[in-house]
Order: sequence, then structure tokens, then C-alpha cells
Amino acid sequence: MTAALALGDDALVLSHRLGEWAGHAPVLEEEVALANIALDLLGQARVLLSLAGDEDELAYLREERAFRNVQLVEQPNGDFAQTIARQLYFSTYQELLYERLARGTGPFAPLAAKAVKEVAYHRDHAEHWTLRLGDGTDESHERMRRGLDALWRFTGELFEPVEGCEVEWHTLHDAWLTRITSVLERATLAVPEGPRRGGWAAGAGRQGIHTEPFGRMLAEMQHLHRSHPGATW
Amino acid sequence: MTTMAADAGAYEAVFDAALAADERIEPRDWMPDEYRASLVRQMAQHAHSEIIGMQPEANWITRAPSLRRKAILMAKVQDEAGHGLYLYSAAETLGTSRDELLDKLHSGRQKYSSIFNYPTLTWADVGAIGWLVDGAAITNQVPLCRCSYGPYARAMVRICKEESFHQRQGYELLLALSRGTEAQHAMAQDAVDRWWWPSLMMFGPPDDASAHSARSMAWKIKRHSNDELRQRFVDICVPQAESLGLTLPDPELRWSEERGHYDFGPIDWDEFREVLRGNGPCNAQRITQRRRAHEEGAWVREAAAAYAAKHGEAQA
Ligand SMILES: [Fe+2]
Ligand SMILES: [Fe+2]
Repeated sequence: MTAALALGDDALVLSHRLGEWAGHAPVLEEEVALANIALDLLGQARVLLSLAGDEDELAYLREERAFRNVQLVEQPNGDFAQTIARQLYFSTYQELLYERLARGTGPFAPLAAKAVKEVAYHRDHAEHWTLRLGDGTDESHERMRRGLDALWRFTGELFEPVEGCEVEWHTLHDAWLTRITSVLERATLAVPEGPRRGGWAAGAGRQGIHTEPFGRMLAEMQHLHRSHPGATW
Repeated sequence: MTTMAADAGAYEAVFDAALAADERIEPRDWMPDEYRASLVRQMAQHAHSEIIGMQPEANWITRAPSLRRKAILMAKVQDEAGHGLYLYSAAETLGTSRDELLDKLHSGRQKYSSIFNYPTLTWADVGAIGWLVDGAAITNQVPLCRCSYGPYARAMVRICKEESFHQRQGYELLLALSRGTEAQHAMAQDAVDRWWWPSLMMFGPPDDASAHSARSMAWKIKRHSNDELRQRFVDICVPQAESLGLTLPDPELRWSEERGHYDFGPIDWDEFREVLRGNGPCNAQRITQRRRAHEEGAWVREAAAAYAAKHGEAQA
């Protein structure tokens, strides 16, 4: 199931990145909020991966080249602004995608219908912080601008058709761009310029081509499980 | 007697009567300054323990060996952040802001539970913390649900419910390891060996050496002595360790028919004092990480405040 892996890996990997914030968040309320989002995504990942096989085998025993997540979600956290930029790009995409999947008759409709409510909260959280950081202080504006710019090149890949998801990817993309543009305008930020496609380095996650930091992330995530072959936990 | 002194005397009589009748003291009630100061000190230390306590467990989130365990651990660490939030809010009802308390934590003027100055070296430590550290915390905190100060007592009711989940999950994690492969069993035993004595120290110094105990008991902030609670904890843990198939690292541990309790060996109070003094394995690391998160987050909090000021938004 290509699509279950693609969507499941997106959720698994982003959840892991958000989990890295635990104990490091800028304010206690964000410890709770980021963990909330990470937990929602992990829950989604478990349902999706279970559609494709054994969740732990898939998460812990695949090599890097077998992961099907987009490169956006594997990007390191950076500062809080970069984490918010990643979340804004991804949650906006995920909400639009899940809304469409929920209306369809495919195998993901039930999951998507449940998850779309969670994702709406993630997107709302990211938008709130985009506004606060963009329209906060000079420093926060500059950091938010840098975060959005740095990740812009990974956003084209979000709209590469995923086999098994019956969605009109063009209209999904247009809806995404409209929404992002409106949020960034309200946040006194510009929509980044620069390429979003072309060059395999940004846009081949679905084919199992990832970026350098991802291998290290997996090494950390899989190490203990792999050290005890066949053990149950 | 002047009128003011007579008034103060009357207020104090009302306060004493409320305590005697086991009624709750609420934020707007008159209370002696020392009662207020003592509560703030205790609640702050408790709140700080919740947020510092996130660190040793967060240390394993990215390495949790199954997705189910990962979800449980993330939820637990999130709960601890929530406990910190309730407790800082409860302390605010006494007129002390969270910022002020965090400042005191960061500058070393207020403490957190010394247990979190020990490292989590293996995955089994996550289980040992849940079973023993959350377990000891519950033993300490259940009586606080009847503490004389209303907001603290109510926060504790909510917190204790979640702590008992944590305790069960920790026990269940250790059970899986204990019944697992040889290597997993050894990992569990090693963790229990390292966490047992520090957990007993969580109840504080013996009664004859405890600085604040007597007064806190009189004010019904505290309901049982350190040694009573420690004994209760030992009595609960011994049979649980047996069901886990693990041993506790104390050759003197045995049932006493005469006392109706388990006897246990002497606690190394020198180690306790050293850790308290700042010389535990992780004191510097924990406070450095806390300060760094706070300092690195300053620009975020400033941005939120600036945005709120511009847009008339209520501050988060
Ligand atoms: Fe807690
Ligand atoms: Fe806990």
C-alpha cells in the first residue's frame, strides 16, 4: 500500500521531530501543545502503518531508502520559527488532503474523517504562531522569514500525486497556496520566492530519496529496537 | 491592645478555627505570612520538580523501542508539563507569578526534587521512574489532596489521578522487560538497583532531622511524617517487586511480624546531602538545559507579548 506508507511515514517522522522538542520548548504551554500535535500524528501513523503491515517492523526495521515520507517533515527542528514554518506548510497541506480523502470512498476515508479535526487544530496552532512571530518583534519577524524561506524548496513535493489517493492534486495545490498566502500576508510576511521543484534533492522523498539529517534521525529512533532482535517491549 | 492587633488576633482565630475544623483555606482568606510563604515554597518546589522531571524521561522519547511505548512516554512527559502548569497557577493564587518562581529556579534559590539529578541510562530507567518515582510521588501526594490550602488540594486531586496512570505504566513496562529476553530482564534489574535507594530518599530526611515538618503538620499542609510515608512506600513496593520477578537491592529487607511492616536497611544520607548540595550526577546538566530552553525561548515570549500589545489579544 504505497499511500498508507506515504501518509503514515509523513506522520511518523514529523511526530518524531516534534518529540525532540520535549524539555526544550520556549514556554510551558508549548511543551503541552507540541506534545499534543506529536501524539496526534503518532496516532495517525500507527493506524496508517498498520494498514500496510506491522507498525513496529515498518518503523524500526526499514532502511532509509524504504521510507516514503516527504522531505519536508524530516527537516531538523531549527529554531522555534523554523518548526512553526514546517508545521504551517505541512498542516495546511495535510488538512486539505484529509478533507478530500474524508469525502471520498477510498480506504483512508474513516481515518481521514477523524484525523482532519486534529489536523485543523495543528494548522490553527501554526497559523497563530506565524502571526505572532511575523507581526511580533523585528527579531521574530526575521526568524520567521528565514524559517519559511529555508523550507520553501521542500513544499513542491507535497503535491506530487500519491498512488492510491484519489485527489485532484492541482486544486489541492491551489487551495494550499491561497491559504498560505493569506496567512503570510496577515503576518506581514512575504510568500517566499525560489524554486519548489526540479533537482532531486528537494522532492523525491516519496521515492525514498531523503536528506542527510534523516539517516541520523533514523539511527537514533531505531537503535534500541534493532539492538534486541525479536524482543517484545 | 491596639485595634489593629486586636483585628489581627481575630483573623488568626478564624484561621485557626478553620484549620481545626478541617476546612479549606481559600486565596482570599486571611492567612499568616509564614503559612503563605511555606505554601509558596512547597508548591514552587513541586512545580519545578514536574518540569525538571520531564528531562530524564524526554531523554528516551526519540529512542522508545515501540510505537506504543513511544506514545505512552510522550503522553507522560506531556502530563508532567501539565502538572507544572496547574501548580504554577495554584501558586499564583498566593500572589507569586510563574516568572518569579522560574527565576528562582534558574538562579538556584529554589529547589526541585533531587531524584531528577540521577541519569536515565537505559530504556528500563523509564519503567523504574514510572514505578518507583511516580509511585513515591503518589505516596507523598495523596495526603496533599486533603491539604488545608484549597487550590493546592484541588490541583493535587487531578495530578494524583494521572500519576497513578504513570505508576501503572512504569510497572507494566518493567514487567514486559522482566518477562522478556535475558538482556531485557537484566536491564530491568539494573534500573531497579539504581533507582531504589534514591526513591526512598524522595520522602526527605528522617523525622528527627526534618526542618519544616512539624510546622507543616500543624498547618495541615502535611499530614504524615517523612518516615511514615517512606515505610508505607516500602510496604507497597516489596510485594510488587516480587510480582515483577525483580529483587530490591537491600539485604536487610524483611517482614517484621512485630511491627507489621517491612524492615529495611540504612539510607545513605551523605549521598542525599551531596546531591541536594548540587553534587549529584546531573544537577548541573538539568539546570543548564532548563536555563538554556528559557533563554533561547526569550525571543518567542517577547514576540507573543509584542503581538498581544499590538492586537489587544489576551496574553497566553
Ligand atoms: Fe507529575
Ligand atoms: Fe508522573
